[in-house]
Amino acid sequence: MESATAALGHDAHEEHHGPPEANQSSRIDRQTLGILLFIVSEVMLFGAFFASYFFLRVVVDPPSWPPHPYELPVAVAGINTAILVSSSFTIHYALESIRRGNRTGLKLGLVLTWMLGMTFLFIQVNEYVHLGFSARDLGFGSIFYSLTGLHGAHVFVGLCLLSFATIRAFRGHFGPEEKDHLGVEVPGIYWHFVDVMWIVVYTTVYIL
Amino acid sequence: MHNPLRSEADAFKWVVVIGIAAASVIALTLLTRPVIGVIWAALLIGFGVGFGYRAARGSLPRDVELTKGGDGKFRLLVVANETVQGEALLNEIRDRCHDRRSEVMVVTPALAASRASHWASDIDEAIELARQRMELSLIEIQQLGLKAKGEIGDSDPNTAIEDALRVFPADEIVISTHPPDRSRWLEHGVVDKARERIDLPITHVVVDLTSRRAML
Repeated sequence: MESATAALGHDAHEEHHGPPEANQSSRIDRQTLGILLFIVSEVMLFGAFFASYFFLRVVVDPPSWPPHPYELPVAVAGINTAILVSSSFTIHYALESIRRGNRTGLKLGLVLTWMLGMTFLFIQVNEYVHLGFSARDLGFGSIFYSLTGLHGAHVFVGLCLLSFATIRAFRGHFGPEEKDHLGVEVPGIYWHFVDVMWIVVYTTVYIL
Repeated sequence: MHNPLRSEADAFKWVVVIGIAAASVIALTLLTRPVIGVIWAALLIGFGVGFGYRAARGSLPRDVELTKGGDGKFRLLVVANETVQGEALLNEIRDRCHDRRSEVMVVTPALAASRASHWASDIDEAIELARQRMELSLIEIQQLGLKAKGEIGDSDPNTAIEDALRVFPADEIVISTHPPDRSRWLEHGVVDKARERIDLPITHVVVDLTSRRAML
């Protein structure tokens, strides 16, 4: 936004130092807008991986998926899915708590979310160890580890964000006002995105 | 259109809906055959896209965030573009600020020449023209003996007003337009929208530059 100032008499010019102020035209606060735009770019990234997955699945010869003799642990991954989806409820509980001024609920929700996320990641690593195939085994192995690994990396980033939010919550940060709990709201949106992506990955890779 | 995903609460609703939809796909696939699950998933995706599109239609009602002054000074926000030097507008400013400590902010929206220019962000010329008009208007207001400052605003006049109110604690707003038969701002309901959204006294001033030029 360009600006100019004119004044008369003893009211001298109002001088502005430093860089120009940021444009505030956006009707959504900039942190939320930032995470939403980031998520859009992440959707594109996952889209590229899914495109590879479907391409490999279509061209695989003979047409069996997963290729013989590989098998995927559908039940264990299903439990892991339930764990991750439940973490969406706990982060939502954390945010609803701070909106009502309940700091204990905020802390409890954040800690539970963090623990559920960590459990998910632990089970996934454990699954990798016991799968019996690696990323070097056919296109199937490559795309399986790429997709689930990409998602796992996102869970890790989400856990880092949740760690910051949890530490801040225990230090007394955040409040009921909208602008006072953006530090939980923004990681919360990201965490929901990570959950949705896992639901899609699980349904596509393990079930269909 | 508006963004249907504006907060964590919105995102959570999407997680629940997508989770339920995925659960139905998983159940159907495990109970029948994968191809049935794929068809059901495709149907749900189509339904979801349609629902998302419907949910995103229209604008959300909203109140404009106002800044508080609190120093006893009267602050007038003037929104005008081509009409910024009109006699009627200057008279209105003089009447409002007469005999009191006051400050005027002039917001001149940088109007792009065409929709294509707007979308391509080709608004350098529009900003320059708006700046020239704004500087002339600041000089005229200065000649009335008033303290004034100016800003080039968003090409949407309502957004420009909202932006200005976040940094300028106005007590009143004056919006200046061309007469109704020539005003694009009136055609787009700029004044009505401002009155709907902003809890401040708003005065609409009509400036007929054509008759002024004819007189000159």
